[in-house]
Amino acid sequence: MDIKDIIKPENKVYSRPRLMTDNTMHYCPGCSHGVVHKLIAEVVEELGLEDKTIGIAPVGCAVFAYNYIDVDWIEAAHGRAPAIATAVKRLQPDKMVFTYQGDGDLAAIGTCESIHAANRGENIVIVFINNGIYGMTGGQMAPTTLEGMKTSTTPYGRRVDLNGYPLKIGPIFALLDGTCYVTRQAVHTPASVRKTKAALKQAFINSMEGRGTSVVEVVSTCNSGWKMSPEESNKWMEENMFAHYPLGDLKNTVKQ
Amino acid sequence: MAKVQGAVVINEERCKGCNLCVVSCPTGVLALQSKEVNDRGYHFAYPGNPDACIGCASCAVVCPDACIEVYRVVEK
Repeated sequence: MDIKDIIKPENKVYSRPRLMTDNTMHYCPGCSHGVVHKLIAEVVEELGLEDKTIGIAPVGCAVFAYNYIDVDWIEAAHGRAPAIATAVKRLQPDKMVFTYQGDGDLAAIGTCESIHAANRGENIVIVFINNGIYGMTGGQMAPTTLEGMKTSTTPYGRRVDLNGYPLKIGPIFALLDGTCYVTRQAVHTPASVRKTKAALKQAFINSMEGRGTSVVEVVSTCNSGWKMSPEESNKWMEENMFAHYPLGDLKNTVKQ
Repeated sequence: MAKVQGAVVINEERCKGCNLCVVSCPTGVLALQSKEVNDRGYHFAYPGNPDACIGCASCAVVCPDACIEVYRVVEK
């Protein structure tokens, strides 16, 4: 069969999600942010929540998330996304409210807001991108940076006696009574992307059903900050990041 | 036996040449242009061996810039 006969609208199995705008993303080649944006657009479309979704954009690489997904957005001050999400969800309980935060936003400057929003059991979804580095500002050490990992502020590797231990914030969320679903996923292979999509869908449904806070942590790569090619950083993530941040559900109180 | 045939269409101007689709393809369909670049200066991906495509959409699923469309036909 000729290629021209295959490329017809009725044979289409995958295309760009309808809710993604035509803007070219500013992310570096191979950045995990793009995949997660795409999954959010797909899940919102599949659940039919286009008119009901309000996203809270963070400060960090994903600061321009509002340019790429065609839903309503609010830009928060650094780390304060869960606080704004709390207000939006309380004022408009029929809306689906999610925050999209990196590790600098959620696990460093915004730890207080994140933990307390989850502890209050706000019916929001927190999408947490954990790449172990401050990507936007030039690859400085983040709380989630692994021991021995080289960054621009730890050029000889992170030392636990000087810089402390890598922060595992996922299990902290899982300990709180307000959270209903805490999961850790990745987006480096087709199979893991599909699992992450299912996790996001579950989290968005939890928010609409009023079950409590859902946290979806996505262990990601930052190939520019890590100074590797996209494939090398995926491999490095499998070997090093997954040892410290193992994938899987950390908490799921929702009956299957 | 039913034969599955697929085809990919890549938005060359949107592609950033990250190579993730090339390594995720199970049948080795895709490759990066070795010399040609798009307007932004990236060596974009193209189907170098299009006959091997099975339309599994693995490339499109991992593409961070959502620039791949996948088509599939099952011949009976």
